[in-house]
Amino acid sequence: MITRSERTLNYAVLVLFSVIALFPVLLILSTALSPDEIGAGGSALSLEFGNFAEAWEQGNFGSYMRTSVIVAVSVVTLATLFSVMAGYAFGTMQFRGSEVIFYLILLGIMVPAEALVVALYFDLRSVGLTNTLVAIVMPQVAQSVAFGTFWMRAYFRSSSREVVEAARLDGAGHWRTLWRVLVPMGRPAITTMIVLMFMWTWNEFLIPLVMATDESLRTAPLGLAFFQGQYTAGTSLLAAGAVLVALPVVVVYLFLQRHFIRGMVEGVAK
Amino acid sequence: MTPGNDDARSRQVRPGRSMPARVWSGVGRATKEPDRARTASIGAASRAHRGRPGEPRRVAYLYILPATAVFVLFVLFPLVRSGWFSLYDWDGLGTGVWAGLANYEAVFTEPGLRGAFLHALVLIVFYAVIPVALGLLLAATMTRARMSGLGFFRVVLFLPQVIPMVVVAVAWRQIYEPQGPLNDTLRAVGLDSLARPWLGDYTAALPSVGLVGTWIGTGLCLILFLAGMAKIPRELYEAARLDGAGRLREFFAITLPSVRGELSVALTLTVIAALKTFDLVYVMTSGGPGNQTTVPSYEVYNNAFLIGRVGTAAALALVLTAVVFLVTLVINRIGEKADE
Repeated sequence: MITRSERTLNYAVLVLFSVIALFPVLLILSTALSPDEIGAGGSALSLEFGNFAEAWEQGNFGSYMRTSVIVAVSVVTLATLFSVMAGYAFGTMQFRGSEVIFYLILLGIMVPAEALVVALYFDLRSVGLTNTLVAIVMPQVAQSVAFGTFWMRAYFRSSSREVVEAARLDGAGHWRTLWRVLVPMGRPAITTMIVLMFMWTWNEFLIPLVMATDESLRTAPLGLAFFQGQYTAGTSLLAAGAVLVALPVVVVYLFLQRHFIRGMVEGVAK
Repeated sequence: MTPGNDDARSRQVRPGRSMPARVWSGVGRATKEPDRARTASIGAASRAHRGRPGEPRRVAYLYILPATAVFVLFVLFPLVRSGWFSLYDWDGLGTGVWAGLANYEAVFTEPGLRGAFLHALVLIVFYAVIPVALGLLLAATMTRARMSGLGFFRVVLFLPQVIPMVVVAVAWRQIYEPQGPLNDTLRAVGLDSLARPWLGDYTAALPSVGLVGTWIGTGLCLILFLAGMAKIPRELYEAARLDGAGRLREFFAITLPSVRGELSVALTLTVIAALKTFDLVYVMTSGGPGNQTTVPSYEVYNNAFLIGRVGTAAALALVLTAVVFLVTLVINRIGEKADE
């Protein structure tokens, strides 16, 4: 029933759209690897990775990447810890007010950063906290925790009661049961959550833009945006910077792509 | 995608319904139950027998304390404060003057701010309508053939969703440059008259930004719908064929209803992305030329931090939040109907 030409056509469509999806990526990559028009030419060997080195040093991307790593590690660590704990309580324990609190947090998934950042900036400024890591990290922890609590609660609700019972019979308390039994069992769900939190944090632009005034606090996307404001588009240094900024997320994506797709589709409300 | 997706999605989309009808111990919920005494006694019995982890626990408050504290401090409180700010006329430095609802009035009447929402509507067409329509059309025509090697295409087509928006903006700025690849291509095929500085052109700038959204969303929609349609039993189509249904009838009677869940996911992701567009506009156009590409998020930033109209920015941000809530609810309805 399915002719060969039909199948070929299907693949042709997929290839066409893949080319379209890849074109901007390859354009940036090839620009980054080509010699800078303004630059002094250089030898054939130096032109390839020279741009990256120059972006890292002169373009200050080394500092931007370092800030981004610190921010991402802090946000993901805190948000994961808090989400696992809260999800555990909401998913397996019964307590007064649990539903009200949970749905309040759930609502938080939908609140866009735009709605928080104005008030946050002026209130944090009045306590002298703007232009600090706290101001960049904590709002993102809060947003990630909203999603993570929802995500982990779903996991803990579906987790096997028998296993928990067995752990308790063995004398494990609720804390031990959580970290020794449920968390190791829930590695796939937790990985998905971590991967999403990492991507959101690494790519976040508005919060660091508003909160960070010092150049040393600029995250990678922020640094790139400012860098691009200073140079015209299409220079190889800018492209090299762009590649550096995208690299961590893309590498993680290539290794854990199923988690990205699954998580984004299931966590639509974010 | 994985078969488990639908459960998780519906769990998410309709949290209210996913509450299992477990009796638990009845505490806190018992007030709602008609025969409270019995419920409570069953709960007590099961607790005594098995000591289920669902029993009332004070320690739960300790577990939710960090998450709740952070959430209250950095989401709930700022949200309430935004509401407060939105009632004042304040430049961010001096003392604010009570403004009542004047800021909200400005959001709906000031041409510049209303324009931002109109631009967001245009972006929804590019970010959501076109990718969803294109994805449905392509997936529907492709789905007859079982194909191998989809994994590779999935990785590539989903990639634009992952790349930092600032990087995407840098790449597309280069494409739209006066001497960039787009104009080069147009000139090469003899369409010189179409070539223009895309982002500096009054009429072309907004669609040019929108097209980037189309680029981001189309792959997502395509793989979502391909996965959804692959699950439709072939017998349905054969039966329809016997009834003499044409391809168009087939699409509206079988294909479209079957992928309602995927449709709701795709629309939520793309429409929200359109409404929250900020990075792209900030990096590519800064709202220009003129006010041609301003969007609500950009105006929030602009009013609060560049032109010193904090109250207006807060009002605008809250209106945007309300729109996001409303749109999410409406779109989730689409997915909900699928299960009825």
